Amino acid sequence: MADLSVNICGIDSPNPFWLASAPPTNTGDQISRAFDAGWGGAVWKTLGEPIENVYSRYSSVDINGHRMMGLNNIELITDRSLEDNLVEIQEVKRRHPDNALIVSLMVESTPEAWDEIIKQVEQAGADGIELNFGCPHGMSERGMGSAVGQVPEYTCDITTWAKASATTPVFVKLTPNITDIRAAARAAKNGGADAVSLINTINSITGVDLDSFTPRPVVGDKSSHGGYCGPAVKPIALNMVSSIAADPFTQDLPISGIGGIQTWQDVAEYILLGATTIQVCTAVMHYGYRIVEGMSEGLSNYLDSKGMASVNELRGLSVDRVTDWQDLDINYVVKASIDQDACIGCGICYIACQDGAHQAIGAQRSEEGRTDVWIIEDACVGCNLCSLVCPVQGCITMEERDVGQTHMTWNEFAGDEPPGELIPRPKHGITIGGD
Amino acid sequence: MTPTKAVQGTGLDPAATMTRDEALSEAHRCLMCWDAPCIRACPTSIDVPEFIKRIANDDLTGSARTILDANILGGSCARVCPTEVLCEGACVLNDLHERPIDIGKLQAYATDDVVFGDIELFTPGVPTGHSVGIIGGGPAGLAAGAELARLGHEAVVFDANPLPGGLNTYGVANYKMDESTSLKEVEFISSLGVEIRSGVSVGSDVAVADLLAGHDAVFVGAGLGSVPPLGLPGEDFEGSEDALDFIANVRSQRPDLSGQRIAVIGGGNTAIDASTQAAMCGAERVYLVYRRARGEMRAYPHDIERALMNGVEFIHWAIPVSIDGDTRVSGLTCMRTEYVDEDGAPTLVPVDGSEFRLGVDRVLRATGQQKRVGFLDTLPDVELDAAGRVIVDDGFRTTNQRIWAGGDCVNGGKEVVNAVAHGKAAALDIDRTLRTAAQKETRHG
Repeated sequence: MADLSVNICGIDSPNPFWLASAPPTNTGDQISRAFDAGWGGAVWKTLGEPIENVYSRYSSVDINGHRMMGLNNIELITDRSLEDNLVEIQEVKRRHPDNALIVSLMVESTPEAWDEIIKQVEQAGADGIELNFGCPHGMSERGMGSAVGQVPEYTCDITTWAKASATTPVFVKLTPNITDIRAAARAAKNGGADAVSLINTINSITGVDLDSFTPRPVVGDKSSHGGYCGPAVKPIALNMVSSIAADPFTQDLPISGIGGIQTWQDVAEYILLGATTIQVCTAVMHYGYRIVEGMSEGLSNYLDSKGMASVNELRGLSVDRVTDWQDLDINYVVKASIDQDACIGCGICYIACQDGAHQAIGAQRSEEGRTDVWIIEDACVGCNLCSLVCPVQGCITMEERDVGQTHMTWNEFAGDEPPGELIPRPKHGITIGGD
Repeated sequence: MTPTKAVQGTGLDPAATMTRDEALSEAHRCLMCWDAPCIRACPTSIDVPEFIKRIANDDLTGSARTILDANILGGSCARVCPTEVLCEGACVLNDLHERPIDIGKLQAYATDDVVFGDIELFTPGVPTGHSVGIIGGGPAGLAAGAELARLGHEAVVFDANPLPGGLNTYGVANYKMDESTSLKEVEFISSLGVEIRSGVSVGSDVAVADLLAGHDAVFVGAGLGSVPPLGLPGEDFEGSEDALDFIANVRSQRPDLSGQRIAVIGGGNTAIDASTQAAMCGAERVYLVYRRARGEMRAYPHDIERALMNGVEFIHWAIPVSIDGDTRVSGLTCMRTEYVDEDGAPTLVPVDGSEFRLGVDRVLRATGQQKRVGFLDTLPDVELDAAGRVIVDDGFRTTNQRIWAGGDCVNGGKEVVNAVAHGKAAALDIDRTLRTAAQKETRHG
C-alpha cells in the first residue's frame, strides 16, 4: 500500500482527497461523516454574512442517458448562522484532529470584515482558510466572489488583508471565468497566498424548459445563470491547473485541484499536472461520501503498480509534458489500425472519418451483408477520431510509424536551418475530377 | 414535452410495451450504425437507428413517423415480427457479446400512441379519382390500402371474415398479439381513408368481374387456406382440428384447457404457436409430434425455445398413423421414423412395428396451409406457379395488367412484415400505373 498522506503548505492530510466547499460540507455532522468515510480533508461551506436562498437551485446536463455530466447551481454561501458553524467547526476538529479542515470565507471587501471572520474561524480550530473569489452568481452582484476573482488587483489586495490577519495558511480559490487563469494565480501569489484552489464553477445556463420557455433551474417564471461543475468541466480545470503549475512565477505555489473529479484516475491526472490535494463536490452530491473508498484503493493500487511508495512521487510528472504547439514534433507519425477480428461492423468509424475528418477509412458491404472497414494508410492523418468513436475497446489503435526522420518542431522547420527533412504529408482521401 | 403513453387503458398487452425509462435506457444503447444491418434485415426497410435516436431525443411523433412511413403496420409488426432473426438478429451488438437492442419493443413504444392512441399523424391524400379494389383484409391488403389512401386513391377492402385483419386478427398466437390489438390497428388503417367491407366474400357475394369493372385496379391479398386433413383414420372425431382454428378460438374464447392433453402435429411456426398457446392455456400435457430432428424444424429457434420453456414435450422422429376414439378423440397412434438410404438419397420412412400411442383429448394439425388455388383460378388471366403461388413482376403486378397481388398468396406463406412490404410495393406500382395512364389520357384525350 502506497503512502497517500500529503502536506500542503504546512497542513498535513492523511490523503489528498478533500471535499470542496459546497453542499456536502454544509454542516459539522456531514463533514464528520465524510471523515469517517475516509475523506482526508474538507473545505467548509463558505461562511459570511447570512443570506437567503431561492427555491430550486440546481440543474444539470445529461448525456445519452447518463445523469449529471454537468451540474449547475444558483445556491449562495451558507444560510446558517456563523455562531452555529463556529461551534460545529470546533466539534469536528475535536473529533477528527488528524483531518485537514479548511474554512471557506466570503465577506464584504474591507480589511475589517476579513480580519474579524478569519480570527473567529481560526479560534474555532480551522487548519487553514480558503478565500472564495470564485462564486459566479448572486454574491458577485454584491461585489464578492468572482467580482473579486476577475480583477487581479482586488485578488491581490484582499489576499494581502487576509494574510495580515491569518495565522494559518491562506488558500485563494480562483474563478475560471477569466481569460488567463495565470493572471489570477500570480495576483494571489503577490498577495501572499500560501496555495490556490481551482477551479470554482463556470458561468452557465444548462438548458431551457421547452414547455414554459424558462431556463433551468426554474425559480417561478425566471432563472439566473449559475455555476457549472461536474465531469463536463474537468478538461477545463486540468488545463488551468497545469498552466499554473507550469508558469515560472507560480510553479512553487501549491495547488488544490477541483473540477469533475469522480474516480482515482481523475485524481491521478490532477496530481500528475501539479495538484497536491484535490477537492470533490459533484460526485459526492451524486453518489455520496462512499466514493472515496474506491478512489483511495484505486490510487493506491495504481501507485503500487508504478512502484511508487508515496503519492508525492507522482506529483507534477506531467507538467513539462504540456508544451506549446510550436514545440511539438511534426515528424512524429501515427496511423490508425483496425483489429478486424474485434470489429463488429458498425461503420461508425467510417462515417465519422468520411464526414468529420479526413476520408481515410474505406467501407464496403461484404457478401454476408456486414460493413467491412479499412484504413487508407496514405490518407490517414493519425487524428485519433476513429479510435475515439469505436464502441469496441481496443479495436482501433493508433500505431507509431518510424519514418526515419529526425525530430523537428514547427519553430525549427520554419527557421533558417531546419535540422532535417519534413516527412511526406498525408494525401487527401478523395479528390474530385483528378488523380 | 413529456410524451404521454396512451397504452394504459387501451387494453394493449403490457408485455409488449415499455415504460419511458426502459425505452430511454434501451434507446441510448443503440450505436447508430452506418448502413445499419438492422435496416437491411427489415423487409420494410424501417430506418431503425433513426427511429431509436428520435426516442432517445424525446420526439416520439417523429419516431412513429419514421416507422409508419416505412411500415404502416409497424404496430403489429413490433409484436409479431420474428425480430430475433430479422432486425435484432442483425444488430452488431450481438458481436460485441452483448444483447442486441430490443428493437421490437422500442417500435411498439414509439408507435402505440399513434396506432392505438389518439395522435393523428397521417391524413388521406388529395383525391385522384381512381379506385382500387382490394381482396383480403389481412396485412398485405391493409398495407396496400393504407398506402393507396395516403396517395389519394379510393381503397375498398373486401374481406370474407366477420372481422377484418386477416392473420393478425385470427392467426397470430395470442401471447404475441391479441385480437383487440389487431382490431385497433385496423381502425387506425380505416382512419387513413381505407374502406373495409367485412363479411363480403369475393366470388360469392361480389363477382370478380364486378370488382374489375368497378375499380381501376385490383389488389389480391387472399392469403392462404386452411390446413387440409392428413387422411388419417379418426380425423373427423371431435377434438381433431386445424391448428389455425384452435389459435383463432383461443383468441376469441380464451378457453381454460386445464386437464387436457393435446398433440400438435408439425414442425413449423404454426405448430410451435399452437403448442405454446395450448401450454399457456393450462393444458396438462402438450406434445409436439414431428417426423424429423430438432434442427430440421422450420420453426424459429427462439420460438422453439419458448415452447420448451412452457413445457411443450417434443416427440421427434414420429408420424401420426391414426387418431383413436369413438366420436371424441382419446389418443393418437404414431410410428417412429428413420432415414434410409434409397439410391443414394436419404428418405424418411416409418419403422415397422414401432407403433406407440399418446393418450390425448385433442389433435391439432399444423402441417401446412393449402394455397387458395380454387379461388385464384377464378381471377382472369392470373397465372400461378406449380406450387399454386400467384406469379408477379417486380412491381407485384400479376399476368393480368389490372391485377396486383402480394402476401402469402404470392410467397407461399411468410411473415406479416413480408406481406406489408408486398402490399406497399404493389400500391406504389398501382399508383404509378394509374397516374401514368391518366396523364396519357389527358394528353391524348
